[in-house]
Amino acid sequence: MILLQATVSGLLLGAVYALFSCGLTLIWGMMNFINFAHGEFVMLGMYAALLATWAGLGPAFFAPGAAIALFALGAIVYLGVIKQVMRGPMLAQILSSFGLALLLRYTAFFVFKSDFRTLPESELSGTLHLFGLYIARAQLLAGAAAALLAFAMHMLLTRSALGSRMLAVAEDRQAAMLMGIRPDRMQTLAWGLSAASAGVAGALMAIAYPFSPAVGETFALTAFVVVTLGGFGSVPGAMIAGFVIGLVEALAAYLIGPVYKDVVVYAIFVAVLWVRPQGLLGASAR
Amino acid sequence: MSMARSLAAALVAALAAAGTASAADAVKIGVIYPLSGNAANAGKSALEAVRLAAEIVNDPHPELSPLPLAGGSGLPNLGGAKIEIVSADHQGNPAEGQSQTLRLITQDKVAAVIGAYQSNVTFTATAVAERYGVPFIIGDSVALNIMARGFQWVFRTTPVASDFAANYMAFFNDMNKAGHKVTSVAVVNENTDYGTSVATTLLEQAAAHGLKVVAQIAYSANSTDVSAQVLQLKDKKPDGVVFVSYTADAILYLKTMKNLDYLPPMMIGDDSGFSDPTFVPSVGSIAQGVMNRSAWDVGKPGSVTYKIDQMFRQRTGHAMDDTSARDMQAFFVLAEAINRAGSTDPAKIQAALRATDLKHEQLMMGYRGVKFDKTGQNTEAATYLIQLQGSDYVAVWPPQFSSAPLQWPMRGWK
Repeated sequence: MILLQATVSGLLLGAVYALFSCGLTLIWGMMNFINFAHGEFVMLGMYAALLATWAGLGPAFFAPGAAIALFALGAIVYLGVIKQVMRGPMLAQILSSFGLALLLRYTAFFVFKSDFRTLPESELSGTLHLFGLYIARAQLLAGAAAALLAFAMHMLLTRSALGSRMLAVAEDRQAAMLMGIRPDRMQTLAWGLSAASAGVAGALMAIAYPFSPAVGETFALTAFVVVTLGGFGSVPGAMIAGFVIGLVEALAAYLIGPVYKDVVVYAIFVAVLWVRPQGLLGASAR
Repeated sequence: MSMARSLAAALVAALAAAGTASAADAVKIGVIYPLSGNAANAGKSALEAVRLAAEIVNDPHPELSPLPLAGGSGLPNLGGAKIEIVSADHQGNPAEGQSQTLRLITQDKVAAVIGAYQSNVTFTATAVAERYGVPFIIGDSVALNIMARGFQWVFRTTPVASDFAANYMAFFNDMNKAGHKVTSVAVVNENTDYGTSVATTLLEQAAAHGLKVVAQIAYSANSTDVSAQVLQLKDKKPDGVVFVSYTADAILYLKTMKNLDYLPPMMIGDDSGFSDPTFVPSVGSIAQGVMNRSAWDVGKPGSVTYKIDQMFRQRTGHAMDDTSARDMQAFFVLAEAINRAGSTDPAKIQAALRATDLKHEQLMMGYRGVKFDKTGQNTEAATYLIQLQGSDYVAVWPPQFSSAPLQWPMRGWK
């Protein structure tokens, strides 16, 4: 029974991992850019939820509010910074996103102070008792919404005209331009979506998890592991890998001991890359 | 001629007299804390507490008379000399701690030094004091290695991890005798130096008190999910759980315990996360009855501690906390020793410190007393156990010092 409980907790957390990792992998897939500031987007999503409660809004506004705010931030970051540094060498690109991460983190420290915050109790605070399992409403909602949104993102990319246009830009920028697609617009959109996915994941987690401006680091690391495991640039890969990491963490913590959960996660990570260097669903090197 | 000579002699005599009267010059005490950097808040608060203590010694405060030197003015055995605080900022940096202590001793010529908050800074700063033969009093740093170097000039008033662990286990034993069954305990600790070392001491003390440890769970403080740990506790059903946790994880544990509907009969949080100013606002409503430690208790209105808290609030705008109070106590112990020495000669102060024997009634803290062993550690150091009742922690153990009755079992969110 306890094993089942750990499994359910792991899958629910894994769904959130999957959601923000989709955003990271999308940027890589679109423009071969590693965004080190992705964890900070998750952190800002948490503070967006906090601001929503300060404004007197209920939890129903957390996720949409964070989505809108972070979408805008993602677009601004692309147009203001990334678009410029994409013309520079690879090192400049990497360092710019790293610098962006520091800028966002320490701005958050300045504005919100280093104190840990939690969202006040709300209608989402209760626990459901189903079939002998205890499931926190907040976790259930976060897990379910995250899984749904990650899936929606996948559908958007593969089944819609907009997604096709974005993929066209990813495939061949010049050819896409010849077809009348504006790559800048698509890439702005991709950055917006990426940041929004991180923001929503943050807002959903904020309901259950105490946070401070330093929290982004932990999530950035998780996102990189998930994206690498799933295969760089593969949204379905990131989804599957997100669930795998969440599940492995929970089961390893319960069966072996909480201190060893990271060891198990990275052992599996290395083992998978040993067998499939391109990740679970990544395209093999050309 | 002879007139002039005798005048000169008189002058010399007067000067000599003035020389001895210079004992009434201010006694300088160096105070070194992190006044900038990460721990600046704690350091500034500690400095203010020490300044307040100096004021209490320098000016007459008969209302605080159980404290030695509070009633009168200055240090009576040094002709009523006042104490002057010379502060220094080590920025939380061990190297800076060393050079600032050097400055206090060689340039400001302080009679003794108090500091230094972070254990690793205290470790280096005390080495300088030892080299120069100047007494160094530690009010707050608890790492064991500080006192393990056979130093002769370093004295520590604060209780350390082994004292806390002994107190927790003695409390559980007391509860067992009072009819609340406590035979098994679990220890949950974060896995860096702090959590690991306290957990080791806890396991030793549990064995010494005949308590069975059914689980020791180490975890990483930046975990995003602790349900596995809580499920493990739920499985083992200990009668008491001791948490050695930082802030985010302490809050996360409480929330997860509520979500998974698990509540032990009693849980003790070892300071840190459970004393963080955000803990009570965040999870106070679901953590009712959780225990914590503090050697400081505000006490009832009219008590000495209550008055000190009022004075401190007036000065700083916030309430007295355990760390600042422990530092303030260290200052009082030092001042009492200097007065007994009747001199600012370091060797005499050292001898006086070694002979210190203060009783609980003469202290503002919950120590049994102050008496230093060979290593310089206070053997009478102890702590109160406090319990979260409503939105405040109140002292509930040991019973003779309690300011509210203990609630057993803890109610949590129920």
